[in-house]
Amino acid sequence: MNRMSVCRWLGHGLWVSAVLALAIMAGVAIGETSISLPVIAQVLANKLWAAGYRVDLIDEGIVWNYRLTRAIVAAACGAGLAISGVVLQSLLRNPLADPYLLGISAGASTGAVLVAVIGLGAGAVSLSTGAFVGAIAAFALVALLARASRGETAAGQIILAGIAGSQLFNALTSFLITRSANAEQARGIMFWLLGNLSGVRWSSVSLAVPVVLFGLAVCLWHRRSLDAFTFGADSAASLGIPVRRVQATLIATTALITAVMVSIVGSIGFVGLVVPHAVRMIAGVRHARLLPLSALSGALFMIAADALSRTVIEGQVLPIGVITALVGAPVFALILIRGSRLR
Amino acid sequence: MNAANPIHAASRGGRPLLNAVNVSYAVKGAQLLKGVSLAIQPGENLGIVGPNGSGKSTLLKLLAGLKTPTQGDVLLRGKSLSTLRRRDIAQCLAVVEQHAQTSDHLTLQRAVELGRTPWLSALAPWTDVDRHIVDQAMADVNLQHLKHRAWHSLSGGERQRAHIARALAQRPQILLLDEPTNHLDIQQQLSILGRVHQLPVTTVIALHDLNQALDCDRLAVLDGGRLVALGSPFEVLTPERLHTTFGVTGHWLTDPVDGAKLLRLRTVSDCAP
Repeated sequence: MNRMSVCRWLGHGLWVSAVLALAIMAGVAIGETSISLPVIAQVLANKLWAAGYRVDLIDEGIVWNYRLTRAIVAAACGAGLAISGVVLQSLLRNPLADPYLLGISAGASTGAVLVAVIGLGAGAVSLSTGAFVGAIAAFALVALLARASRGETAAGQIILAGIAGSQLFNALTSFLITRSANAEQARGIMFWLLGNLSGVRWSSVSLAVPVVLFGLAVCLWHRRSLDAFTFGADSAASLGIPVRRVQATLIATTALITAVMVSIVGSIGFVGLVVPHAVRMIAGVRHARLLPLSALSGALFMIAADALSRTVIEGQVLPIGVITALVGAPVFALILIRGSRLR
Repeated sequence: MNAANPIHAASRGGRPLLNAVNVSYAVKGAQLLKGVSLAIQPGENLGIVGPNGSGKSTLLKLLAGLKTPTQGDVLLRGKSLSTLRRRDIAQCLAVVEQHAQTSDHLTLQRAVELGRTPWLSALAPWTDVDRHIVDQAMADVNLQHLKHRAWHSLSGGERQRAHIARALAQRPQILLLDEPTNHLDIQQQLSILGRVHQLPVTTVIALHDLNQALDCDRLAVLDGGRLVALGSPFEVLTPERLHTTFGVTGHWLTDPVDGAKLLRLRTVSDCAP
């Protein structure tokens, strides 16, 4: 890679980071008690390089332990889900592909619940690992089902299979909870399953952020391979792409991202569906641009959705999945209608 | 284009460029190809003809390495396709599929640029050389004036020509085309075939229309998954062959305008007294 393109990438990275930082600050400022930007800046300065400003301790606690972690994890989660959506839509040549609709999120939930409630792995297996295994198992099942039922409408088949997979894994999750969890555990898990950012602390940040950055790097490394899928898998193969290996790598990557996000915040729908389509309309279909811009837009969308979920009903926090579904479901319908007109 | 591609120039010689050795292909118990051997010589223009379901598309997919033969082997310049990396194959061999569609919103030029994929890597940036090759490929199929048009606004013939340009942008030594004139109007059919025959690369082309196949250097006739004839069109398309393989009766006629020979084909029942 020559020096000019390195500089260009660095330049883009700089403005993306700046926008992201501003959005996170806004996410921190907004809430039931709004906190002014100077106070936020002072708290950050105190924590990052011990600047020694005199800040109200309660404000400091809210900013540092509660809202900042929440905003960062929301951003990571939105970015991760958006990348997963881009990759699945490109690889499967299906505009409706997204980790939620394909049952990957449901499988991850089941895996996480198996670890959390049943105690599978006897403490040696983390929640995220359980979710990852569940996500991979769900995708394998959905892919097998789609292949077995492949008829004239191959494109619709995998979505139908995904719906069947989601239903199955959601039922399994409910079964596990009802069988093994006590009432308090069950309420907590149900709330988490709808998508909930309130349990988020710094330990979640240190898991979510590296995973998303790693996932973005893997997908960007394969950007030309993803482009080559424009005319389908056979066409990609004839353009020199080792199709099986690329598919396995990238689907495992999206399963990993989805699993980690589910294990932290529960399954949040429609981000992976809506954001890539919106970005494609503006930035085009080239993955070198589509991937980073989708990650950024997903992050901004989730920070906004989280801020909304905390403020729209006074004194209450809506599950964030409700907000994303309220925005996402109409867009889903729009894609369906437009898709049928194109054909 | 030959001169610009040293690999292509170097490969001219007696050895076949692409060689199917006794290949068979079966899927779910159905035998689609049975023991086909076919050596494609550098620079030639080979047509594959046969009735529906005779295995034309399957043979092309095996020759392209998109499917692996259940028996036998396909050799690209003496090396088995199964041992080569996809990337190395794609630098040597390009494919124009029969139904390659997309719902993505991209321009024609962007679609042609995909042809450079086997020559780029995650770290190798797009260069002026690539841009020049893409421009040349679009010029080869006379599409330069449409390069900024959206893919979904192109006609069937323009899309097919764009696919050919995309394949040419791979700078292949050998180009495989699966019924490139399917579903096109007659003017576009003739224009596409004319361009394909002028291309300075080895081509293997599956065709339906026997009269269009007459322009090929050699024809391979498939029937029920077997290679039943191989040779120049006039040697191969005998009245007996037309009858047994295609189920038609045929006569050679001579065009009074340019003296070219062409086939008049009729169903067998039409000729019965």
